[in-house]
Amino acid sequence: MKIPVLRIYTIGYLLFLYCPILILPIFAFNDSTAVAFPLQGFTTEWFQNVFHDAVLGKALKNSLLVAASTAVISTFLGTLAARANTRYQFKAAGPLMGLIMLPMVLPEIIMAMALLVVLLSIGIPLSLFTIILGHVLVCTPFAVAILTSAFQSLDKSLEEAAYDLGEGPFSTFRLIILPLVMPGIISAMLICFTISLDEFIISNFLGSGEPLLSTFIYGQLRFPKNVPNIMALGTILVGVSITLLALAEFFRRRGLARTGAKDSGGFL
Amino acid sequence: MSEPLKRPRFWGSQAASGLALISPTALYAILLLAAPLAATLVYSVMTDGYLTVIPHFQLCNYIGECHSQLADGTMSPDGYLGAWSDPIVRTLMARSLFVSILVTAATVLLAYPVAYFVSFNVAPSKKALWLFMITIPFWTSYVIRVFMWNVMISRTGVINSVLQGLHITSDPLQMSFTIQAMVITLAHAYAPFAILPIFVALEKIDRSLLEAGQDLGETRFTTFLRVTLPLSMTGVIAAVLIVFIPTIGDYVTPNLIGGGKIPMIANMIEKQMLKADNRALGSAIAVSAMLVVGLVSVVFLALNRRYLKGPK
Repeated sequence: MKIPVLRIYTIGYLLFLYCPILILPIFAFNDSTAVAFPLQGFTTEWFQNVFHDAVLGKALKNSLLVAASTAVISTFLGTLAARANTRYQFKAAGPLMGLIMLPMVLPEIIMAMALLVVLLSIGIPLSLFTIILGHVLVCTPFAVAILTSAFQSLDKSLEEAAYDLGEGPFSTFRLIILPLVMPGIISAMLICFTISLDEFIISNFLGSGEPLLSTFIYGQLRFPKNVPNIMALGTILVGVSITLLALAEFFRRRGLARTGAKDSGGFL
Repeated sequence: MSEPLKRPRFWGSQAASGLALISPTALYAILLLAAPLAATLVYSVMTDGYLTVIPHFQLCNYIGECHSQLADGTMSPDGYLGAWSDPIVRTLMARSLFVSILVTAATVLLAYPVAYFVSFNVAPSKKALWLFMITIPFWTSYVIRVFMWNVMISRTGVINSVLQGLHITSDPLQMSFTIQAMVITLAHAYAPFAILPIFVALEKIDRSLLEAGQDLGETRFTTFLRVTLPLSMTGVIAAVLIVFIPTIGDYVTPNLIGGGKIPMIANMIEKQMLKADNRALGSAIAVSAMLVVGLVSVVFLALNRRYLKGPK
């Protein structure tokens, strides 16, 4: 019998990918401040600490506000760009789309520093608002990528039929196109929300010291006695992220099923 | 499309509708991305002042020795070296480049078989699920993932306690604060970025070409080398660039895994921009880093073009 080398390799690779997030919950429930084997027993102390930390509560509130705003704005901007790029042919589309998608490959530190220096020079004080400005820049390309595939799988004849039946461009968009790409929009919002929630570099440099989840975690990691709390918090965050992603994937697939397109896989 | 007559004028044309629709997003990117990047470029050829930059053109932030203007308006007698003249910046740049190349090579080589497996060996209905499984870890907190590698490789960490518990080693292995540890962490962080473009390229390959290759007497392996690999190179190139470019600017890993002992160019940019308040030099280092990345990418693309045009 042939040995399925590739399959074994791929499963090994998945184990490598999942290793850190599988180990995380083990230490979140381990009754020891040292993050090491052998395990010392079961405790929920770290989770209780997490729920009673006032600074963390504030960080959570700030993060949710930033992530929700980012999700809505990026998805709106992403919808416009994806629709323009898939529906109309115009010369400027290439360069403009290149610029819009650039944050996907640009090192974040360069973006954060360039933005920071300009904001300071024109005298805009750093706040949660400036973090949102940066996050929208980072998230929009992902929204565009998801929504482009949603718009591409649209059948153009549906739109033409609506025009022939006397609908104008706006009512056609509202009645025909929007419902069909809605799953893509929800999927893009969930992805942007997740990216913003986890984003660190822009949150760190464009913030005014107001805590966000990622900067709070980064700060706590310097103190070894706080590490188990971070393990507990990380477990919760990973759980939330995976739930949001599963939802995003569900909506993405439903969108594809609705437009009758073939599922070619993946978000990107 | 729905218009009964073709109107030659600009308004109402494809171009006008497209531009109008894309303009909010494009404007956002121009104001908050293109303008700041242009400002960085301009700052890099100006004179450093106290908490500001002075519009006085010079190239000393790149080459030679520069003098900052002090708070009282006089020039500082103590100079500083420009980005390309400073041996520390050169060392950090070389290290960042070295780490990025290692990470890119490791990530893409490890990712190719996975992409190949999902594209060729997985039933079409299961592909989306596999890709979803591969991307999940990527969407979880970057800081926590990087820190978890620290937990695994530290002296009292997971790997050492397992090795010692099983009596494979008696003394803990020193893995923290090494370049290898940073490479593993970054290769882990960017894995899905490498898998997805390669997968997309493999999916586009017409399967009948492979059959044709084998009908013409090629073995499975030579078919792979002469058909599959060249046809999937577009994906490999995309993967290389999408991993290589962001990696060179990584900031979190040198701090958490390197323990601040092995700084990379991103840490230097941050130091100059913020702690040292030298935005001119910080900008020059940032621009230099982008130039290096751009140059390496162009060389890579050129080499690759030669490979694809090479002997048939």
